[in-house]
Amino acid sequence: MTRIGTVALNTFREAVRDRVLYNLVFFALVMMASAILVGQISIDIEQIVIVSLGLSAISIMGLLISVFIGVGLVSKEIDKRTLYALLAKPLRRWEFILGKFAGLALTLTVNTAAMAAGLFLALFYVKHSIERADTAVLVAVYFILLKLALVVALAMLFSCFTTPLLAILFTAGLYIAGLFVHEMRALQGGLIDPAFRRLLQWISYLLPNFENFDVMGAAAHGRAIPGALIAQNTVYAALYCAIVLAVAAAIFSQRNLK
Amino acid sequence: MAEPAIDIENLTKDYPYGFLQLKKRRSLEGLTMQVQSGEVFGFLGPNGAGKSTTIKLLMRLIFPTAGSARILGRPISDISMHGDIGYLPEQPYFYDYLTAAEVLDYFARFHDFTATERSERVQRMLKKVGLESAGRIQLRKYSKGMLQRVGLAQAILHDPAVVVLDEPMSGLDPVGRREVRDIILELKKQGKTVLFSTHILSDAEMLCDRVGVIVGGKLQGVGAPSELVGLKAQGMEILFELPTSATGVGELLAQATRTGNRYRLQVEESGLYAAMERLSAAGAKILSVTQVKPSLEEYFMHLVEADRAQASAVEVRAK
Amino acid sequence: MSAKGHIALLLFVLLGFAGVWRLQQRIDVQQRLVESEDDQVMLRSSKLVKSLSLEYAPLMADIYWTRVVQYFGNKHSGKQVDLRLLWPLLDVTSVLDPHLMPVYHMGSMFLSDAAPRGAGRPDLAVELLERGLKANPEEWRLYYDLGYVYYFDMKDYPKASAAFYEGSKNPRALLWMKTLAAKIAAEGGSTETSNFLWQDVYNTANDPLVKENALKHLQLLRAQEDCKQIDAAADEYQKRFGRRPVRMSELVQSGLLRGEPVDALGYPYVLSEDGKAETNPQSPLKEKQFTAAPGK
Repeated sequence: MTRIGTVALNTFREAVRDRVLYNLVFFALVMMASAILVGQISIDIEQIVIVSLGLSAISIMGLLISVFIGVGLVSKEIDKRTLYALLAKPLRRWEFILGKFAGLALTLTVNTAAMAAGLFLALFYVKHSIERADTAVLVAVYFILLKLALVVALAMLFSCFTTPLLAILFTAGLYIAGLFVHEMRALQGGLIDPAFRRLLQWISYLLPNFENFDVMGAAAHGRAIPGALIAQNTVYAALYCAIVLAVAAAIFSQRNLK
Repeated sequence: MAEPAIDIENLTKDYPYGFLQLKKRRSLEGLTMQVQSGEVFGFLGPNGAGKSTTIKLLMRLIFPTAGSARILGRPISDISMHGDIGYLPEQPYFYDYLTAAEVLDYFARFHDFTATERSERVQRMLKKVGLESAGRIQLRKYSKGMLQRVGLAQAILHDPAVVVLDEPMSGLDPVGRREVRDIILELKKQGKTVLFSTHILSDAEMLCDRVGVIVGGKLQGVGAPSELVGLKAQGMEILFELPTSATGVGELLAQATRTGNRYRLQVEESGLYAAMERLSAAGAKILSVTQVKPSLEEYFMHLVEADRAQASAVEVRAK
Repeated sequence: MSAKGHIALLLFVLLGFAGVWRLQQRIDVQQRLVESEDDQVMLRSSKLVKSLSLEYAPLMADIYWTRVVQYFGNKHSGKQVDLRLLWPLLDVTSVLDPHLMPVYHMGSMFLSDAAPRGAGRPDLAVELLERGLKANPEEWRLYYDLGYVYYFDMKDYPKASAAFYEGSKNPRALLWMKTLAAKIAAEGGSTETSNFLWQDVYNTANDPLVKENALKHLQLLRAQEDCKQIDAAADEYQKRFGRRPVRMSELVQSGLLRGEPVDALGYPYVLSEDGKAETNPQSPLKEKQFTAAPGK
């Protein structure tokens, strides 16, 4: 366990010392500022605008980090050969994978928390109060974090067996596909061969469904989010991550380093 | 005989290449070799011979096509055994956003040390490889030689029983190489087993108890350097000066090589004293008498050329 | 990895996906509870959406339009009356991409049609179409749509005539638009004109929803015509027998009608208490009749 923790903390340290991270956070803060400005132009809907823009910014920034740094977690170590001395230690390959994942997840948590704090500050600035209904925003941020963890796991999986560029494309592609699962399932009309439609439905259930984590509407309007959904999404993310990481660890364990 | 520290049996490695990875290049074939506990073993060979491949196989960075190996009695698939092994990779590179102290501390965490033990060891290692003052600088600012030293430090930091070094002298200036040689000798004195690969033959001759020579993926010979090149000396060499007025040594001079006033003459051991008597009678001033031994380099080149001849013969046949 | 390891991994993955499947179904249920259709039109300010979309505005327009179709499709088949969000959706979509023609064609139809088929807001349909014409002056079909709305939903025959006339000026327009303009200007609304227009829609429409709509209108018109004829027969009956007929069979027996007349869906017409012809209460056309204005 501590070996995984060691790798995780070092990954976190790398992200912190990597100046790219600071720029992204800065950009998100700029987004928040513009959200406040926009909120003042459209009267009566500042809450909706700020929450929507804020959550979107957190999501997009988080996704960029998850995809690009997620892919680099493994490929950078292989390319730069920093991995060689490391694997000569009593560290198993699957421990390495888990440690890297945990490190980036920790980084994303810190990053997202910082941006969420910024979002709440902006909200307070505009509304001059924080109500109970605003906990929905907190839940929305938590869901974004779950989504990002899953994206990181996928990015790591692809980077274990393809080039970094392909891994980025596959991960991004899978994310976009996961957004349209709803459409895939709601296909109506006899225009499509029913067998094909059933196949699509099957696939739509197995694909990582990122729409599960989208509660932006409820958060923006301050509607409470049911506890059942929170529990289910948590288990969904944990289970899916476990599957992806297990496969990634298996692939990586058999990979010949150049 | 006690169990060897490193026991390699029939280790083979193929690399797939080409379209759809269907063709295979055999970079190591049937390597069987032992390194005894407490000895310094040199792994020699030209570039691309398979030295690094063997070491990477031992360290489980790549996986064998066939064959097996054991280190300290345990199969190489047992990763827990890495706690007793130190490894210096070829042209090492470490996280450039960390300082040397941080890198060593990071690697040390994978072994069971207390926090105080760990920091004490890190400091000791930094001193040992001469990086004490640079310990707080980020590795991105390090020269190649400094990185090599960090690599060496992390390899021996945890006091392993077996130390595996892949081209430890590469990139070092003569001072650095001397320091590495001293460290290796110190490890030997501590009773550790050292396996290192190199293509610098003089280092091997100086340091190793035994060497293994690998050419073209195959082990060509194993043994003490002196054994390999043949115990038989090829005679004696007399270095002397001759005044121009010397006579009666004409046929001796004909066999000698001359540089200015000095002559080098090779004679059989049996005929040494006779030659010396004749030379001193002619008034020569004898400067030195040394034994002529073939060097490891000659043995080495001989093997390399033999391998090349065989390879081109195969090509001719294939055509 | 050993064979045992491979099998263990495979089992884990399969079981994992089974769990994912079950979970996904539960999550779908929860998500439906959380969603609200207000979210569809998160940002109602069309200008705001446009400025946020940057160069992806046409793409956003497509996405919004897909939502509109889904929205209308769901409501339409779900027999719900609430189409409050239709206008905001169409408003945003047309601002995002002023050249997306289906938005104007079908949007105006959804808007102008009386409830429960449509939103019952012909005024908004006019606004939408005029917006479309400003952005696409060459698009004579919009005049065609405009003429429809004025004629059928607003009964504004001068404006309807003007719209058809304007449209006819385009050399690519349908040939009859000019004549129709004149006819409406002269007569106002008439069954013949109505029939003609709906028949044209039915013949030229590609979309099944639109075709179905036109067909219903034609059936209603026919029902009206039929009822008119039955009324005329009933008047004749009254003249002959001194009272209004009570049952349809009386008209048939008296020879004034050839057989028991049925509407387009096969349901026989009935006579009301005051002897006027009506569509059968069981006919699906009946519910439409209340919302359809005379002359439609």
